[in-house]
This record gives sequence, structure tokens and C-alpha cells, in this order.
Amino acid sequence: MTPLLQVRDVAKMYGARIGCTGVSFDLYPGEVMGIVGESGSGKSTLLNCLAGHLKPDAGQVIFDTRVDGPVDTVTMSEPARRMLGRTDWAFVHQHARDGLRMNVSAGGNIGERLMAVGARHYGDIRARAVDWLDRVEISETRVDDRPSAFSGGMQQRLQIARNLVTDPRLVFMDEPTGGLDVSVQARLLDLLRGLVRQMGLSALIVTHDLAVVRLLADRLMVMKDGHVVETGLTDQVLDDPQHAYTQLLVSSVLQV
Amino acid sequence: MSIFAEKKSPVIALSGVGKSFVLHNQGGAVIPVMEGAALEVLPGECVALTGASGAGKSTLMRMIYGNYRANQGHILVGGVDVARAEPREIIRLRREGLGYVSQFLRVVPRVPTLDVVAEPLLALGVAEDRARARAAALLARLNIPERLWSLSPTTFSGGEQQRVNIARGFAHEYPALLLDEPTASLDPVNRAVVLELIEAAKARGTAIVGIFHDAEARDRVCDRAVDVAAFTPQVAA
Repeated sequence: MTPLLQVRDVAKMYGARIGCTGVSFDLYPGEVMGIVGESGSGKSTLLNCLAGHLKPDAGQVIFDTRVDGPVDTVTMSEPARRMLGRTDWAFVHQHARDGLRMNVSAGGNIGERLMAVGARHYGDIRARAVDWLDRVEISETRVDDRPSAFSGGMQQRLQIARNLVTDPRLVFMDEPTGGLDVSVQARLLDLLRGLVRQMGLSALIVTHDLAVVRLLADRLMVMKDGHVVETGLTDQVLDDPQHAYTQLLVSSVLQV
Repeated sequence: MSIFAEKKSPVIALSGVGKSFVLHNQGGAVIPVMEGAALEVLPGECVALTGASGAGKSTLMRMIYGNYRANQGHILVGGVDVARAEPREIIRLRREGLGYVSQFLRVVPRVPTLDVVAEPLLALGVAEDRARARAAALLARLNIPERLWSLSPTTFSGGEQQRVNIARGFAHEYPALLLDEPTASLDPVNRAVVLELIEAAKARGTAIVGIFHDAEARDRVCDRAVDVAAFTPQVAA
């Protein structure tokens, strides 16, 4: 089986300071990998390098495209990378307002991504928008409301619908449950797990919440000071951490 | 053991398995916990891990599941060496071939009990109605009242959570199964149901490794016992 994403020695510097360095891994279709570490560990920098939002200073990010097979997205043309961003890739921001157009209706937010890949029939677009609102548990009656009238949890679910409507194969998530209260977080986790299973999605999830990765991620990568210090099965890394930093991280979690 | 059974090859085979914990944040203390562990389990066989508390029964079971990392040796389950396999190989093994009923239920909050039990089948691509029907049958058999099925098990009593955990562990008919105290905190009626489930799994060829403090249950379902004290490292003076 060909990996969906092959990351080779990716590095990003901020002047003399290391953003992330020497990061390599393969992600296979259907795999969900968590990237954990404290603030400043380089996990968001890495995610943005992989998703094409930041240009890495070194390394390759090879994505298995539907048409041309494995292609290095770092060296591909800007229009080609943008096209990936609208089709096979999805990016779920921590703050829904970064991923939504707040002055456009909920249906419009979903429809916009369909139109970006060529959908033109209004009835079809609206029907698919309504279908996706239902899948993320937002009532059809809210299709014409703007996201600014939604709660934080609903905004996050709308952002997910907007991202998944084009059937992407790889979803990047940056703290998807951050800033939501715990009951809303639980519902979102359940929704994400269901969608990952039903759609066979691969996902990279950046978070500092170890409980979230335990429930969502198959594999875990632990970062510290821009370096990957440990990788492995999620439950193995959390229950039998090998690296000093991972041991500290796991032992620092407050028990409920 | 019959001659017929001896012709079969083991589903679970451990050899030379060793493990130490290194506590980096406590002066780098190295705690050897296991050495030279060996074990073979044939299809349809149930092997009990015995030994005093702290002897390493749960540690060994967690290593077979890939939850703890083995530092030495081989842990073959259905042909996959869990001690060396890539995460995705272990994930596939766990989805298709290796079940684990732990003592604790760990679930996404607010997910209905029926879905918690059906999830291993859904992960295998079984149709939703079939997966839910199987889950419902197991929950009914384990005497979880139907009015609770639509609720999350996180608020259930210890014994109810244990039974939900068992239903989930038996939803898919794994060729290999690990059971950590499956009859603990169960009343006699439910304990009998669990023992029947274990016997039925053995009859269809499941290889089982179990930890049973309940000696009577152990004697009834286990074909033999392995004392893990034999795998305790000899600490140099």
C-alpha cells in the first residue's frame, strides 16, 4: 500500500530559532495521527508546513494525488497546491471563525467549497449543504443563518461540514476541540470518529490534550523544541512512554 | 490435550520476552520487570496467567496487546510480531484478530451503550443494523436492561460497566482474546453468562489468555495455568 503522505526531513526555521526540524513519517490511508507537545514545541509549525500554509526550508512532503500519484507538494506550483487545499485536503482550524466566512450563511459556507471545485447547480449545492448540516447535527432550519448566530460548538461542526463536503482524503486539524466546553467537546469527538470511520479519512491532529488523542488517534508523535522525541501507537506512547519528556508530559496530566 | 490439538499451530506465541521500565524523571531508575517470558496458546485453548499481585500478569498481557512495549523477544499473534510491528499493523491486528477485555471501560462520553458495543463491528465494516443487532443480543444476554442501551455507560455501576466492556469485547469473534479479570465484580448469574461466552469462544477456536482471581472460574474455563513468577528477573545483589 502506498502511503497517502510521506514526510521526509521537514525543517522550518524562524531566523536562528528552530520551528521544527528533521521530521519524517509516513501516513497511510485511513490512519489518524496525533501530534502532541506543549506550546512552542513546533507542532503547529509542522502542521502548517505539511498543509502548504508555510513553506518548509528543507525536506519533502509527498502526497499521493488521485491523478498523478505521489507528488512533492513543497515544489508543486501554487495553483496545484491550492487545488489540493480545496479538494483532497481539508484544514480544521482551532477557531472556527478562521475557517468560516462569518458574513455568509451556513449553507453558503458549505456551498462555496463545492463551487470552488466546479459545482454550479443551485439546487444540488443547496441539497448537499443541507445533507452535510444534518451529518454534523445542525438543523436544516439554520441553513440560511450566518455562523455568527451559532454557538461555538455549532460553528466548529459547520467548519467540519464545509471542509468535508468535497470528500477530502486528508484532514489537518489544529486543536479542533480547543476552547469548547467539555460536553460540546465530547459530541464533537464522537462526530469526528464517526466521520473518519465512514469516509475512510486520514487525519493529522495537533493538540495538547492527551485525552483527545487517546480517543481519536491511532498513532502519536510527541514533539519538543521542534524535534520529534517519540512516536508509536497512541495507547503505547501514553501508557508506556519511553522518552523522558513524554514521561513528564503523561505524568503531568491531572486525573479527573 | 488431544493429538488433534497438537497438530494446530499456536495463535499466540511468546519467546524470550523481556521488559524494563526506565523512569527518566526519577533519576533514570531502571526497573526490570520481566525476563525470558515464553508462552504458546493453541486455537480453542484458554491459558490462565497466575502469580502474586505485582508478579507481572497484567504487564505480560499488555505486552501481548502492544499496549506496553517489549524490550526483548518475540510476541507473535496471528503471525504479527507485536514486539516489532508498525503501529498500523498492530491496529489492524487489534481490529481483526486480537480482542482485549480490560478491567476498565474507556469510551467517548455521551455515546450510547449500544453504539459502544457495536463499534468494533462497525470498524470492521459490518452494516449498522447487523452490528446493532449483535450488540443488542449481547447486552440482553448480559442482563443490561434495554432502557439503558440508549444511555452512555459512563454513568453505569461498576458491574454494569464491566458487562458492557465484555459485550464489546465479544461483539466481534476474534481469533485471539485477552481477558483481564472478566468475572470480577459480577453477580453469580452474570458470571455464569460470561463463563458461557468464554466456553463458546473456545469451542469456535478462539485462543484465550486470561487473568482470573476467581479460582473456580479459572478451573472451569482454563486448560492450564502459567505462573508469571517464572519470568521475574533475578535481581543482582
